[in-house]
Amino acid sequence: MKRSITRLLMAPSVILLLAWMIVPLSMTIYFSTINYNLLYPGRNNFVGWMNFEFFITDPGFWIAISNTLILLISVLVITVVLGVALSALIDKPFYGRNVVRVLLISPFFIMPTVNALIWKNMMMNPVYGIFAWISQTLGFEPIDWLSDYPLMSVIIMVSWQWLPFAILVFVTALQSQDTEQKEAAQMDGANGWHIFRYLTIPHLARPIAVVVMIETIFLLAVFAEIYVSTGGGPGYDSTNLAYLIYNQALLQYDVGVASAGGLFAVILANIVAFFLIRAVGKNLTV
Amino acid sequence: MTLTQQRKLKTLLVGLASWTVALLLFFPIFWMFITSFKTELQAISVPPQLFFEPTFENFSIVQERSDYLKHAWNSVVTSFGATLLALIIAIPAAYSMAFFPGKKTKDILLWMLSTKMLPAVGVLVPIYILSRDYGLLDSKLGLVIIFTLMNLPIIVWMLFSYFKDLPKEILEAARMDGATPWDEMVRVVLPLSVGGIASTGLLSIVLCWNEAFWSLNLTASEAAPLTAMIASYSSPEGLFWAKLSAASTLACAPIVIFGWFCQKQLVQGLTFGAVK
Repeated sequence: MKRSITRLLMAPSVILLLAWMIVPLSMTIYFSTINYNLLYPGRNNFVGWMNFEFFITDPGFWIAISNTLILLISVLVITVVLGVALSALIDKPFYGRNVVRVLLISPFFIMPTVNALIWKNMMMNPVYGIFAWISQTLGFEPIDWLSDYPLMSVIIMVSWQWLPFAILVFVTALQSQDTEQKEAAQMDGANGWHIFRYLTIPHLARPIAVVVMIETIFLLAVFAEIYVSTGGGPGYDSTNLAYLIYNQALLQYDVGVASAGGLFAVILANIVAFFLIRAVGKNLTV
Repeated sequence: MTLTQQRKLKTLLVGLASWTVALLLFFPIFWMFITSFKTELQAISVPPQLFFEPTFENFSIVQERSDYLKHAWNSVVTSFGATLLALIIAIPAAYSMAFFPGKKTKDILLWMLSTKMLPAVGVLVPIYILSRDYGLLDSKLGLVIIFTLMNLPIIVWMLFSYFKDLPKEILEAARMDGATPWDEMVRVVLPLSVGGIASTGLLSIVLCWNEAFWSLNLTASEAAPLTAMIASYSSPEGLFWAKLSAASTLACAPIVIFGWFCQKQLVQGLTFGAVK
């Protein structure tokens, strides 16, 4: 009797998530095999692998794949390295620590569209932006970030958003570090670097694994920052897979090709997840 | 130098370094905030102006130009609606997994996590077409449904980790007195975990408020929440930085302040309870 009640309590969540996963995914698979353009309705014949061929041979395809991976890896490295360093820094007592924490965490709560627009205009604008002003004051030629270094600009925006998350996780984890162990090491003559290298870093192994996992989920799907800042350009220079598919589906109305692209995104996410779980999964227990 | 002096100097240096980094990272937000009180000419002046006479006219222009209040209301309705709905669906599931775990409980939890791994863009086309066919395109209801499903796994996980930490003795006592699982949940578990449920709700509201992928792709002028409204400022029309800043400040202020109060819960929720 009890068992059926507990199942009943679980049913809504499980059924909804199952539907959320299976219905759209099977539709994507179906669409990817037919000729389906929203501009030409009624011509939905089976075309086999053609959509996939079309998507792979798109000039943007390999650029988009490599941009997606460069974005992922750069942001992961920046946020984890700086995150560990900064959280170790603010873990020590100093005046106004709570205010510093609040300031450091804030960028995480800024919505992605606002993030991109602030950086694009007020920071990176080559004429009126803060960066241009700094360059000029120092006697350098201002850089046109979004046209000359579009992907790097997006990397900076996304890192600015996710660094606070890494700091937040690491600071929380450091609070549970054993202070007696540190004091004992100090007694034995260990210096600050030794303590950081041999006590703090190993203590952070698990939180680092968690941060890498979570950020990967979100970073593979970066969209809004590109949408409002560079629009994927110039050319395909800052187009990632998510943006390429969006471009195919909602700008060119080609549902078939966009679905094939969607399946590539799913496959890429699975490949990355597979390596990730092998590399960091041992640190993660439920 | 004595040892205490050395220690004092070190604290000073650490403080100085931390403050510098924090102010640098916070600078774009600070700059957005003060630019919203400038005139358009002041906003683009070189060198940048730090001191000026503040004006409030940008805020009223933003309201006139893009109907801020309507989009703010859309954000409020979709965030709170989706959060409430997800909590109602998730509480029974988390409760039953925390207190009556079976052999498959762990698998179900991991499977729920895996649904978050599915990239949204992989299902963009079907969701767009389904929304269109059921008249949910550019509707608040459509967004509420999507947001609910999107956050359901995180909410179940968070509630699960709260429920798991409740003292089991209280439940056993209730069971002795003949309470059914339903009674236990409503009369014992829920009152004990009001704090946990509240912070789960906060996290969910923050995530919905800042969601941009589905908001941008599924809404137009009617149901667009603030994330999508701000995107309409991406194509410049003359001088617009002060207005952009005013709109952005209005869109972000509530959630940034919200966020300051629930940082801890946010970590717990976003890391699926792995970091406490």
